[in-house]
Amino acid sequence: MLLPDSIELADLAARWRSAYVHVPFCRRRCPYCDFAVVAPGDPHTDDLPNLTTRYLAALHAEIDLQPDWSPLDAVNLGGGTPSSIGAAAVGKIVEHLDSRFEIAPGAEVSVEANPEDVTEELVDGLLGAGVNRISIGVQSFDDEVLRFLGRAHTAEEAAAALEMCVPRLNCGVDLIFGAPGESLDSWRATVTSALEVYPHHLSAYALTVESGTSLWRAVRAGAAAPDADDQADKYEIVQAAAGDANLVQYEVSNYARPGFTCRYNLSTWGQGEYLGFGLGAHGHRDGVRSRNVRSVLAYVKALESGELPEAGRETPAERDMERLMLGVRRACGVNLGEWEGAAERHEGLQRLVAAGVVEIDRGRLRVLRPLLADDVAATVLSLSS
Amino acid sequence: MTEPRRIRNFCIIAHIDHGKSTLADRLLEATGAIDARNMRAQMLDTMDLERERGITIKANSVSIRYTPPGGEEHLLNLIDTPGHVDFSYEVSRSLAACEGALLLVDASQGIEAQTLANAYLAIESGLEIIPVINKIDLPAADPDRVAKELAGILGGSADEIIAVSAKTGAGIDEMLNAIIEKLPPPEGDPEAPTRALVFDSYYDTYRGVVCHVRVVDGELETGDDVRFMATSIAASADEIGMHLPASQVVKKLHNGEVGYLITGIKEIDLIRVGDTVTSARDGADGALPGYSEPKPMVYSGLFPIDGDDFERLRDALDRLRLNDSSLLYRAETSRALGFGFRAGFLGLLHMEIVRERLEREYDLDLVTTAPSVEYEATTTDGVALKVSSPQDLPDRSILEAIAEPYVKVMIITPSDYVGTVMELVQQRRGEMGEMTYLSPTRVELHYEIPLAEIVYDFFDQLKSRTKGYASMDYEPAAYRKSDLVRVDILLNDTAVDAFSTIVHRDKAYHYGRQMATRLRGLIPRQLFDVPIQAAIGGRIIARETIKAKRKDVTAKCYGGDITRKRKLLERQKEGKKRMKMVGAVEVPQEAFVSALRIDE
Repeated sequence: MLLPDSIELADLAARWRSAYVHVPFCRRRCPYCDFAVVAPGDPHTDDLPNLTTRYLAALHAEIDLQPDWSPLDAVNLGGGTPSSIGAAAVGKIVEHLDSRFEIAPGAEVSVEANPEDVTEELVDGLLGAGVNRISIGVQSFDDEVLRFLGRAHTAEEAAAALEMCVPRLNCGVDLIFGAPGESLDSWRATVTSALEVYPHHLSAYALTVESGTSLWRAVRAGAAAPDADDQADKYEIVQAAAGDANLVQYEVSNYARPGFTCRYNLSTWGQGEYLGFGLGAHGHRDGVRSRNVRSVLAYVKALESGELPEAGRETPAERDMERLMLGVRRACGVNLGEWEGAAERHEGLQRLVAAGVVEIDRGRLRVLRPLLADDVAATVLSLSS
Repeated sequence: MTEPRRIRNFCIIAHIDHGKSTLADRLLEATGAIDARNMRAQMLDTMDLERERGITIKANSVSIRYTPPGGEEHLLNLIDTPGHVDFSYEVSRSLAACEGALLLVDASQGIEAQTLANAYLAIESGLEIIPVINKIDLPAADPDRVAKELAGILGGSADEIIAVSAKTGAGIDEMLNAIIEKLPPPEGDPEAPTRALVFDSYYDTYRGVVCHVRVVDGELETGDDVRFMATSIAASADEIGMHLPASQVVKKLHNGEVGYLITGIKEIDLIRVGDTVTSARDGADGALPGYSEPKPMVYSGLFPIDGDDFERLRDALDRLRLNDSSLLYRAETSRALGFGFRAGFLGLLHMEIVRERLEREYDLDLVTTAPSVEYEATTTDGVALKVSSPQDLPDRSILEAIAEPYVKVMIITPSDYVGTVMELVQQRRGEMGEMTYLSPTRVELHYEIPLAEIVYDFFDQLKSRTKGYASMDYEPAAYRKSDLVRVDILLNDTAVDAFSTIVHRDKAYHYGRQMATRLRGLIPRQLFDVPIQAAIGGRIIARETIKAKRKDVTAKCYGGDITRKRKLLERQKEGKKRMKMVGAVEVPQEAFVSALRIDE
């Protein structure tokens, strides 16, 4: 079995082909979220059941419109809240992807879920639909923090959801750290609770103030903002605890038991290709990066008229630079390839080496302090100019 | 030719905003020199910057033919003068071309320090003064009070002072009459060897250098071989003319007349304001008095933010100098800022104007280092050095003494603010001199102050502390030894030359503290703790620390949106490019600009 942070696995993942399916519906909009989300109260949501029906029909139409492709190694339903549409609707999507492109044997089929949606029935339904992985948006085990984050569930519901899922399928826990008001102790307790159930996978994301969100507006108006040093402390806490719990870090924010690395995730950082379906979804196919429209009505109407809902596409210049930029986020690092000589001569990069932020060993660059990965990536981008 | 007895050469001495340009416009209109329809406001201020700031930087001249009712035609030569203390040498040369001056004072504000200084200068130069009170149409006008003040200063009776409104035209005829009646005609010997005073010059892309001249003796004729006496440059008088105000070519300029001279010389350096033009053959033995070399008062480093712009900056400075021989500069290298120039200016306004023109007309982004003056350093082995850049100060171990330039400052203020002004001057190490009441409510104060103390923000402080009422003027005084030290700013133990400054010991701590605090806020966190220290020699007088950066990573990437991620990182990369390395510390260009900003 390949370890989550092994070079071999990362190289394999770079060749995997995935599909991302966006399910935008949420019970409410979390204040920090800037994803393409449809929540009650938004424009055109007076008849939400009807909109959902039209959306799902459009999604299926989009799957039909996409040109043929080779079998899928990973399918990821993200959102939004994919669990909110129920196992049957999820099943239809998975089935359609399989009939249209074929889902490869042993492929990862993953669904994001909110704790309040997780029931035995849901898990039964998902398993029956060919889903083999679930990723649960726990975020915190502190009800105060959950309230700040605007979540609909409690810590108790989160714990119950994990208890239900971990024994039955490949289960990932998603956490958010560094919300203003969250103490170090609260975060330690959250990490402990998450690891106690020995999940297959752990994602721990620092709360980010994205422009345009209500959190952003509050901060702009003077509310407390997340503090970078506090987030660094919390990053180190989860990093250490995950290691102690035998989860292996394979990316800046991701940890997995051996054998349970999230394929879709690792493939993304390996410059792998994926089809994107749904509102605001991004695709990467034949070297072209594309993105869908973010307005739900525009999305539905485009597909109802038989057109692809694409908002834009680009063929990235310097593909190899993109490979490096993405690869630095992986624990196994990235092969510098033709840039090795430039890296040796690059003062900025050599300063990072001297400071112990990265190491370059036999042509491979590895970030030793992932908290500074963007600094490294920006420096690596300047190798070409 | 116009006989000298029908010529009047005069200038207008006025404070900014007291209406000089409007009055000149009105004169042109009233004498029919220019049609009202072709009038644009402030005809004589040709540079955009001059109109915008309401100041005159370059001298101009205009000749007006005027026949008073029932009299003969006269030629009135209005010689415009720069209105700012920085250009006092140019003012003195303009005055030297005149026999008289209109002293123009705002009816609501009274006389200001610069105006008074220039009026004294005019009186000393033997000019006849006609006091004129302007803006009598304004509701706040108090012409009687101002007339009494002027009479007190100039002697004579308040009743004789002419009151005008340049805006409405009231009193203009009376003023024209006074110009003809009261001002003396030019003297000078028509038979003597030619002597013409260059009182201004400018560069024309097509014609080369155009000189404004006042013929004192003899005559200038087109085609003459001439010689500039201070620079010993020979040239030919290719074209001679007058500004009416449109240029009109004439064959000759006779003694007493004012006009322009084009010689084909392209380098403005060769034609100096104050120089004397004479005939190449049988020329005058002695030049007209009063010529001096331009002498900078204030120095500053000019560095392009983008190092690639160095050549463009050099080119722009060369071009500005075509028109401004008082602008001096030499290449200077800063470890922190790269290649740039050390430039000398006549004063702060001059410096600001040059910088603004470089940025505006030549589209350059510049870092301007803190203005400095020229110190005189003496080493232990008795060598005296001029030091206009802190970098050039000899090491403390061999430094015997430093002397700094002082200036004589005249301030006119309402008497209510005398205490406030004294306080400000004391803070700036000034020494009190004479104090004279111009009227029961207005005081003329004299001080000697180190020039370095007024180049920063003295004038702004004076204005704000006196609610805008005080005005000032200054002239160079002698150098004096002072307890001066160089404060260095060290970033991670490396001195940043751009931030070094020479200050009085009592002020070193304040400067060090302020710089260290500012820089802590301006320099982003690095991979390691960065100490910022202010030091005098080896002694640290202030210290701040920029804590090491711990987190610089985005948590995730939304829905596979690699494009957005890449854009963010590209921006971060571009930001890194704009960083200057100071030792191992990355300092954003903006930090240099902001840290050196004078305001606050």
